[in-house]
Amino acid sequence: MTNSWTDIKNTDLVVIMGGNAAEAHPCGFKWVTEAKANRGAKLIVVDPRYTRSASVADLYAPIRQGTDIAFLLGVINYCIKNDKVQWEYVKAFTSAPYVVKAGFKYEDGLFDGYDETKRDYNRSNWDLEIGPDGNLVVDETLQNPRCVWNMMKAHVAEYTPEMVSRICGTPKDKFLKVCEMIAATSAKDKVMTSMYALGWTQHSKGSQNIRGMAMLQLLLGNIGVRGGGMNALRGHSNIQGLTDIGLMSNLIPGYMTIPTEREATFDTYMSTRGFKPLRPGQMSFFQNYKKFFVSFQKAMWASAATAENNWAYDYLPKLDVPAYDVLRAFELMHQGKMNGYICQGFNPLMSFPNRKKMTAALSKLKYLITMDPLETETARFWENHGEYNDVDPTKIQTEVIQLPSTCFAEDEGALVNSGRWLQWHWAGATPPGEAKLDSWIMAQIHLRLKALYQKEGGAFAEPITNLHWPYKDPNDPSPEELAKELNGYVIETVTDPNDPTKIVLEKGKQVVGFGVLRDDGKTACGNWIYAGSFNEAGNNMARRDNSDVDDTGAFSKWAFSWPANRRILYNRASADVNGKAWDPSRKLIEWDGTKWAGYDVPDIAPGAKPDVVGPFIMNPEGTARFFTRGLMRDGPFPVHYEPFESPVANAVAPKVRGNPAARVFRGDMEQFGDAKEFPYAATSYRLTEHFHFWTKHVQPNAVVQPEFFVEISEQLAQEKGVKSGGWVRVWSKRGSIKAKAVVTKRIVPLICDGKPIHIVGIPLHWGFTGAAKKGFGPNSLTPYVGDANIETPEYKAFLVDIESISGPVA
Amino acid sequence: MYPPLPNPTVTPSAPKLSDKNLMRRSASTVPQGESMQQVAKLIDTSKCIGCKACQTACLEWNNLREEVGVNAGSYTNPHDLTTASWTLMRFTEWVNPETQDLEWLIRKDGCMHCADPGCLKACPSPGAIVQYTNGIVDFVKDNCIGCGYCVKGCPFNIPRISKAEGKAYKCSLCSDRVAVGQGPACAKACPTQAIVFGPKEDMKKHAEGRIKDLKSRGYKNAGLYDPPGVGGTHVMYVLHHADKPQIYAGLPNNPVISPLVEVWKGAVKYAGLAAIGAVAALGFLHHAVSGPNRVSREDEEAAKRLAEGKS
Repeated sequence: MTNSWTDIKNTDLVVIMGGNAAEAHPCGFKWVTEAKANRGAKLIVVDPRYTRSASVADLYAPIRQGTDIAFLLGVINYCIKNDKVQWEYVKAFTSAPYVVKAGFKYEDGLFDGYDETKRDYNRSNWDLEIGPDGNLVVDETLQNPRCVWNMMKAHVAEYTPEMVSRICGTPKDKFLKVCEMIAATSAKDKVMTSMYALGWTQHSKGSQNIRGMAMLQLLLGNIGVRGGGMNALRGHSNIQGLTDIGLMSNLIPGYMTIPTEREATFDTYMSTRGFKPLRPGQMSFFQNYKKFFVSFQKAMWASAATAENNWAYDYLPKLDVPAYDVLRAFELMHQGKMNGYICQGFNPLMSFPNRKKMTAALSKLKYLITMDPLETETARFWENHGEYNDVDPTKIQTEVIQLPSTCFAEDEGALVNSGRWLQWHWAGATPPGEAKLDSWIMAQIHLRLKALYQKEGGAFAEPITNLHWPYKDPNDPSPEELAKELNGYVIETVTDPNDPTKIVLEKGKQVVGFGVLRDDGKTACGNWIYAGSFNEAGNNMARRDNSDVDDTGAFSKWAFSWPANRRILYNRASADVNGKAWDPSRKLIEWDGTKWAGYDVPDIAPGAKPDVVGPFIMNPEGTARFFTRGLMRDGPFPVHYEPFESPVANAVAPKVRGNPAARVFRGDMEQFGDAKEFPYAATSYRLTEHFHFWTKHVQPNAVVQPEFFVEISEQLAQEKGVKSGGWVRVWSKRGSIKAKAVVTKRIVPLICDGKPIHIVGIPLHWGFTGAAKKGFGPNSLTPYVGDANIETPEYKAFLVDIESISGPVA
Repeated sequence: MYPPLPNPTVTPSAPKLSDKNLMRRSASTVPQGESMQQVAKLIDTSKCIGCKACQTACLEWNNLREEVGVNAGSYTNPHDLTTASWTLMRFTEWVNPETQDLEWLIRKDGCMHCADPGCLKACPSPGAIVQYTNGIVDFVKDNCIGCGYCVKGCPFNIPRISKAEGKAYKCSLCSDRVAVGQGPACAKACPTQAIVFGPKEDMKKHAEGRIKDLKSRGYKNAGLYDPPGVGGTHVMYVLHHADKPQIYAGLPNNPVISPLVEVWKGAVKYAGLAAIGAVAALGFLHHAVSGPNRVSREDEEAAKRLAEGKS
């Protein structure tokens, strides 16, 4: 989230699209009800189903799953056509006036440089013109036909209300009503917040769905302001922490990246990371990259990371592919190339697409280790559970080791919420039986591996034998020790160069924030964005002061919000070019003539002059991007692409199937079904009664939503002779499931391209372990393809067929 | 936001609800208890997202064990109130004939804690049902004979009888939590403040604000459900369509106590007065059947004198 949960109370308009906050985030949703009850805020829900969020909305508009980009570009088109643009904001704070490089072009659904065999683009033309002075070419008047504004205007022009209705199945009057309400927030004193979640990410063009809304929010001037923002509601407790800490194959903490094999030396690595400003006087914050990187290396390897060995740069793995994401990992497992798997705290057998492939892949492993507080289906993938897990254990040789671990209520530490708040919690219960803390288990694995390397030697042992392990009890690093390491500390005393008696940083002290980190090895910091969370003032994550000066919703003394306890990112954009709040009633920070100050920690250097330094300091331009240059694999602007399995052809690019830049493994393309064979558009989702696959193990949760079901419209039920509460079979090209049918008015057939499209809704919480009735999950049916940029699987849009069946024999 | 009640202290305090606060007792009389502030639970259907946190909180706080059932084609689970499920989210898909828009009406069902409780009136077992001066109507398990008269007396179809135990069950408005200054478990668990708890007058005022908001959004018949036919209730609803309570899974438009119960009560009223003395003096159980439950001040004073004379 750019903003925080509590800030949602400040909004005028909530748009829930690509998510279902009431259903999946009921506690955070309270801030929506607050905004509605206290300031008359309105709520719009756009979703294929009339959801629990829709049940409390002022306006619900249906949309066919997988068509969000068409809808969003349609709204942008409406705003441009009707001059509903926050012009001052757009001109000063965005890339609208920059000129796009000659050669860049978009035609028939493809950008220039496409290579069909590689399913990839040559992105060299996807850039901005840079003048001889090294700065971007700018046309402040927005007259140049190749400036970003005009390129964008032309790009969205085909998404007329008629086209949107044709693609999305949204009735035109509902779409126009949504446009009108959203467009009204282009006023300086009106804001909209976007709340989205996996309804946008779980598509083969998930990143571009989010881009679409981000562009719209920029156009309306709704980024960086109270009650505005792009608010990603994270789907799993502490999944925000997972990404912050860099638990992805291509990341290290604080969103720094693992080198690729093309970056064999530290100098090559740094040459593409210390971004030079592209506009005069800009900050380009990532010029600090080296300080964060070196401090991270020092936290990892302490005295073994030296200036001479480039801070142990060679210890880091070098990626030979963009990422070893989960789809690639299971593909490799399926090919027999990955032989062992440590599965810590998740349930791939039920979570990853194409369950048949999951079972086959896990069956090829030599060993599988699970670390989980619950008995997951993955841990029992080899066990026969009748039709719910129809495997032959005698044919599976995988050795499975289950390590029982603690659940959140049994350990101490910080969870990071969607709003970037690190909230410390304490253990409420003792772990049962043999359950151990994950950190204890990891310590054991590390210490034993280290001992083996020390005793027996081995190739490239140093990264393991030299790993800094300073914990009081090496077997059991404490949560506080780990948190302090993440915050960072001073290795060597630093004095003021002008006055050597003055100590700037004192050896052994916790660093106060990332501003003092150094690239000379004198500081260590496990995660620069967490710097300040546990400094000499103590454990700031454990702060529980819920006072809120002037009721701004910032709650600055509650816990710690990364970075630097900042509650709203890009908050400098809440003020105009002269540093005065766009809306005085929503003041966040203002320029007082010499510095920035206000309710929040300024997201800009305190002395940066408002008419010089742009608010989007993470970009070397200092402004926000309508045009992403070559940073996304599937295009600098979003384009409507149909899901890989779609009931209709792409109306704007009939020849293109799916996202042309999405990766598809050999053999998986053949596993995609088409609408002739599988006529119904299916989608998957969560229910509020359950949390993923955990709560089916909890008896009261099992009571309130006991049994797997699918949802269909009354019309489809009639066509297929299905009775509500009766049994159905649903199948795709990849698998088949049985379920109870919930026949509902909340799903209606949508008219797309002139024909009715039936939607089949499939919730995900059941399996063959736990207290609830045994059932299936949508992953028996879903296709093995992910987003072109980050490989999140396409769970939200696929094709199935359905029939009425008699129930299982009792 | 209605200010939430502060968390309880760890130091024990004197109970805030006890036999001293009884107002009515089934099939028997009690001295007029110490008066208390009238309380109420306000359920705002327009803020409710149907998450069922109230249902699980109720199960857990009251240590109830419900069966894991089946899906019968609806989100309503279990399918009805039971001896273990004292509260239940009922889901209704309703197409508004004026707008042709679908509305998903979600209502938390459970005991309404009537000011004039039909269950208590109908109950023949002394002290099986009590009403406190703050408005809470509670079942006292030890005194319950499982006859089911309370079911007949209830205009909302709330009590459920356990055949195995021969006992009746329903929501207690968490009288045990209220006794220590807390609100009901369901209100505590509700993430959107669709359930709030406090003095009844405050709840009515809070409801006014909600109704104003709903009217501003086009719900011209938004209103408070506090039905006069049962003397008002200590569980109230904010409804978007207060002119049609029935559309919310059969919430009675104008609930009244069954005429049978009223007639019975009326006919035996006189005999009942005589019975008071008998109950107080002799404690004959069978007299309870005709016990009055509306006592005049004179009756109370008479009873008090008798009771004091005996002690």
